[in-house]
Amino acid sequence: MARKTVVPFGPQHPVLPEPIHLDLVMEDEIVIEAVPSIGFVHRGLENLVKKKDYNEMVYVAERICGICSFMHGMGYCNAVEHIMGVEVPARANYLRTIWSEMSRIHSHLLWLGLLADGFGYESLFMQSWRIREKILDMFEASTGGRVIFSVNTIGGVLKDMPDDMIREFVTILKDMKTELKKTTKIFLEDYTVKSRLSGVGVLKQDDALMLGAVGPMLRASGVDRDLRETGYAAYADLDFEVAWSRGCDSYTRCQVRIDEIFDSIDLIEQCAAKITAGDIRVPVKGNPEGEYFMRVEQPRGEAIYYIKANGTKFLDRFRVRTPTFANVPAMVETLKGAQLADVPLLILTIDPCISCTER
Amino acid sequence: MSKIMNFTGTIMKNLFSKPVTTSYPFEPRVYPERTRGHIEIAIEDCIYCGMCMRSCPANALSVDRKEGTWSIDRFMCIQCGYCVEKCPKKCLNIIPGYPEPMPEKSIEVHHKPETPADETQEPAASKPAEAKSPAEAAPASPEA
Repeated sequence: MARKTVVPFGPQHPVLPEPIHLDLVMEDEIVIEAVPSIGFVHRGLENLVKKKDYNEMVYVAERICGICSFMHGMGYCNAVEHIMGVEVPARANYLRTIWSEMSRIHSHLLWLGLLADGFGYESLFMQSWRIREKILDMFEASTGGRVIFSVNTIGGVLKDMPDDMIREFVTILKDMKTELKKTTKIFLEDYTVKSRLSGVGVLKQDDALMLGAVGPMLRASGVDRDLRETGYAAYADLDFEVAWSRGCDSYTRCQVRIDEIFDSIDLIEQCAAKITAGDIRVPVKGNPEGEYFMRVEQPRGEAIYYIKANGTKFLDRFRVRTPTFANVPAMVETLKGAQLADVPLLILTIDPCISCTER
Repeated sequence: MSKIMNFTGTIMKNLFSKPVTTSYPFEPRVYPERTRGHIEIAIEDCIYCGMCMRSCPANALSVDRKEGTWSIDRFMCIQCGYCVEKCPKKCLNIIPGYPEPMPEKSIEVHHKPETPADETQEPAASKPAEAKSPAEAAPASPEA
């Protein structure tokens, strides 16, 4: 039996855009245990509810993360709206759905790029991000921001999208679909890529459920669970099938995410067809009182927002359970028995967002 | 063959097409109309009510009613646009063009204009004061 060695991994590592530290207990080239530690970028955003009133907190909430910033803002707003009994206008709900799905496309394309970069396919990384750039431009044209959108507010959205803008977006997305088919084909069919992903980092269905994995990580392990089915925002009016697969390995996770990109494009097209004219926000008076759990399906999985309000303009408690936080135990499980060379790739397959995790 | 030559089409296209990127500093970027670049104030319309200062999530703004100044720390501003939404006189605007880099941090101060604005400011000061609180309007009137 070989001697055990501990290899420190991170917080600074070329594959990690954000800091997370892992102590990898190795036996030769095989990882037998991984001990994660987080806390390098903790900012104490949840504590800010004591200093910022519930309207200002929208802008703080969406700064939890730079990738799913729209959904963080929306989840927070939804929770407060539920407490206050505010009925959001239909058009605002559709706009929120469109922006959410655009976020999903942009997040998954970012992930595909990072994955390609993770196994050293630089040009594929470049191609993925080239496509993603269009989404960012669409965001900038419609909301005014490329990363932080600041369009959510309690009671609706702040900016409307004119109908011709929506039509233009649908045309852009249609063109994007053909480009995407070419690029994603490489991820799914290329011999080299396949050999790096297939059979690597297996997470069995039982383990995924037991360890509380969420999002594409869970769906790639054969559980079809997607919170969009609960019908928040405008999802109740839209037709979609949850992308899931039984493969359980890294390749399947990649496949599920690629399927989700195409589903998102479909959903935006449906929204564009179904959206009706009307108000985009309703005036909100008074302060919230009560508590609520809001669950939102982010690109990385299920995010939970818990809000406890006391009838003043400052909330009592704001708690966010982000998807990466839930996926860390599953990641540790996949690392067991992996080759050291596969570790960066396996960390990437959960689509880690450490800033989200540490808030 | 289809397994290993998948990327060839993309490579060929890349070789013979225009670059996707722009040569940025030489070719200025065209921003969409809605871009939230920086906050701009029409100081002549400002009534120094301080709504923007109180609403700012990043505490980047400060308003002094007595001195008649409105100041912004561009390095603190997060371009969220909440002050624009809250401004009762709609004299704040968020426009394209990101703040320029500076050699040192400084606060940009806007002073109350000296000249004829006095007459136009009188009704402006009283109107939102009715809506909010009469106490706030009191120090404004002797100034005007």
